[in-house]
Amino acid sequence: MANKIPRVPVREQDPKVRATNFEEVCYGYNEEEARLEASRCLHCKNPRCVEHCPVSVKIPDFIARVLAGDMAGAAGVIAQDSSLPSVCGRVCPQETQCEGSCVLGIKGEPVAIGKLERFVGDWALEHGSKEPERIARNGHKVAVIGSGPSGLACAADLAKMGYEVRVFEALHKLGGVLEYGIPEFRLPKEKVVAREIEKVKRLGVEFETDTIIGRTVTIDSLMDEEGYEAVFIGSGAGLPKFMGIPGENLNGVLSANEFLTRNNLMKAYLPDSDTPVYVGKRSVVVGGGNVAMDAVRTAKRLGAEAIIVYRRSEEELPARKEEVHHAKEEGVEFRLLTNPVEILGNEEGWVTGIRCVRMELGEPDESGRRSPKEVPGSEFDIPCDTVIMSLGTSPNPLIASTTKGLDTNRKGCLVASEAGATTREGVFAGGDAVTGAATVILAMGAGRKAAAAIDAYIKSKNA
Amino acid sequence: MFRIVEKRLLAPDIWLMNVEAPRVAHAAQPGQFVIVRGTADGERIPLTVADYDREKGTVCIVIQAVGASTRKMVAIEEGGYLVDFAGPLGQPSEFVHEDVEVLKKKRFLFIAGGVGAAPVYPQVKWMHEHGIAADVIVGARNRDLLILTDELRQVAGNLYLSTDDGSEGFHGNVTALMKDLIDNRGKHYDEVITIGPMIMMKFVALATKEYGIKTIASLNTLMIDGTGMCGACRVSVGGKMRFACVEGPEFDAALIDFDEAMRRQRMYRTQEQEADHRCRIGRGK
Repeated sequence: MANKIPRVPVREQDPKVRATNFEEVCYGYNEEEARLEASRCLHCKNPRCVEHCPVSVKIPDFIARVLAGDMAGAAGVIAQDSSLPSVCGRVCPQETQCEGSCVLGIKGEPVAIGKLERFVGDWALEHGSKEPERIARNGHKVAVIGSGPSGLACAADLAKMGYEVRVFEALHKLGGVLEYGIPEFRLPKEKVVAREIEKVKRLGVEFETDTIIGRTVTIDSLMDEEGYEAVFIGSGAGLPKFMGIPGENLNGVLSANEFLTRNNLMKAYLPDSDTPVYVGKRSVVVGGGNVAMDAVRTAKRLGAEAIIVYRRSEEELPARKEEVHHAKEEGVEFRLLTNPVEILGNEEGWVTGIRCVRMELGEPDESGRRSPKEVPGSEFDIPCDTVIMSLGTSPNPLIASTTKGLDTNRKGCLVASEAGATTREGVFAGGDAVTGAATVILAMGAGRKAAAAIDAYIKSKNA
Repeated sequence: MFRIVEKRLLAPDIWLMNVEAPRVAHAAQPGQFVIVRGTADGERIPLTVADYDREKGTVCIVIQAVGASTRKMVAIEEGGYLVDFAGPLGQPSEFVHEDVEVLKKKRFLFIAGGVGAAPVYPQVKWMHEHGIAADVIVGARNRDLLILTDELRQVAGNLYLSTDDGSEGFHGNVTALMKDLIDNRGKHYDEVITIGPMIMMKFVALATKEYGIKTIASLNTLMIDGTGMCGACRVSVGGKMRFACVEGPEFDAALIDFDEAMRRQRMYRTQEQEADHRCRIGRGK
């Protein structure tokens, strides 16, 4: 009776200890734990988990191989559909995808699919998949813009098909949001991100950092002068939003992007980093998404009393349950149904606090979420030294504004078909640049779909 | 990696570097900037483009060694490499897009302070190449800190110098010199472009407002990525929040909230002084 075994708990760093360091929170399964957890899978005839995976990883298949101790085989099964298992096993919102639809979850705990995927991904990184066979180059060049999840997935697939692929990255390090956005304690940079990128390099993909498409070079010149037959835009959604309330330009108010980039990309949390970061004694993070959780937990680790301010209730928090749970364990305070109206400062222009109003939930709106309303006369102040705005991000207009024939929608997102074709021939796009801020797995899936579409496009053009 | 093909000292702690960066050299326009990291542990430093040579594929930058990262940067010798050199970033100067015949009818005055002479140079040179003789004021604390005056003299209509201590040229600051040119020496200007310390640009803008002269200022704000991602560079221009990295760095000086911009520049000052202090340990041994 496989399903009688309770879900195998995963070992984690003690919350009190980890709230003071940047080491990874979760240790993951060892082989014994992974095989025990794998034994819980019922191998449903019509696996709902696969249906609910954005890239349809053959979950029962890889779990069967984990159970049999065939880790290389398990890695092979996942690799057919996902190029970043060590990343997705850590950052996917499994509770609303695969695990959320697991039959075992109806009466008890679902199979820990994410933790198993992570185990297999890490095993493959550790044991180094054998050198890929020399792939014959087909002589066609494709440019990929952005080295985040969608760009990496697209580049890897195209390279496997024989294309000469060059990835252009605006920053000095590769990985996009995996590098600048998600903190070390949730996604280790050297152990996981760098190794996943190394895998893509081994496929023959070339990378060029410090290259801002639209400024350093344009899509037109890549196609007209440098001989790229197709371009994939995976430039993400990197522009921060602010609330437009008084006091947002005070010293001590920053976007979550700035705060996280200083810490993750520039390693400001390390004592010998040249890049400064300031968090103060008390830090308020405005927002309730995964980025807000990353920011507030980073603030906590830098020694601040860290507070989340979110205008809806706990149920509506867009962040993954695990992140909220981890944040609470680490001592983050949640001020829910609370919305800022003004940031307060002293004569020198430094933040001294944030003025908020209490909110109550009204009727559900079109999105199905109950919309928050201000409670009149409920203003109150939270004293703090820094305010970190984590209100979501939107795509950078730079590429669209410097490329002829590339349409965007009202929200500034690139217009693209399901397969990734934009309004400009030969130019494809996917990930957050098309959808607005979403998840790593959706971006990766879009990159893979676009790779297939680019292959079909180049073949049809040269037929 | 980007090779330093030429490096020379312009003034105490102020270095000029010509850097091999063919893509940047090909795309650069007056008014734009680059983000540079000297060493792998260094900060991303925004520096305004001081010149570019499309044929040689080189871009010129001028670095004032004021913090830990810039000190490490200027310690790299000629023939050595900067780890990162990204750009060109920001908007080119407004006049680049204007009709040259219209520009020729206008009288331009550039006002540079300190290392601000470096980003002014490619703008004045651009004007010179398009048949426009723009006047230039370069000011500094003393004669040792006046930089690029020979180069500017080659491309400017008239070059006027000022020093706070009177050791060279006009005795006084750039604003006083500008007033002297207009009030006492019969000069007339339609547009002023000013680049230098925020406090200098603030006072230039206040003075030109009195004369009713349109004025553009180039803002050297805090930045990390330089592509619109971090928002550290946000400034209030005409009461609206603008990002200096993508919408600037040049804005209508009359609309800039300079007091706020100066205050925001000091955000990390204490920590930078500490970093600088750490870096200085062992210097001079």
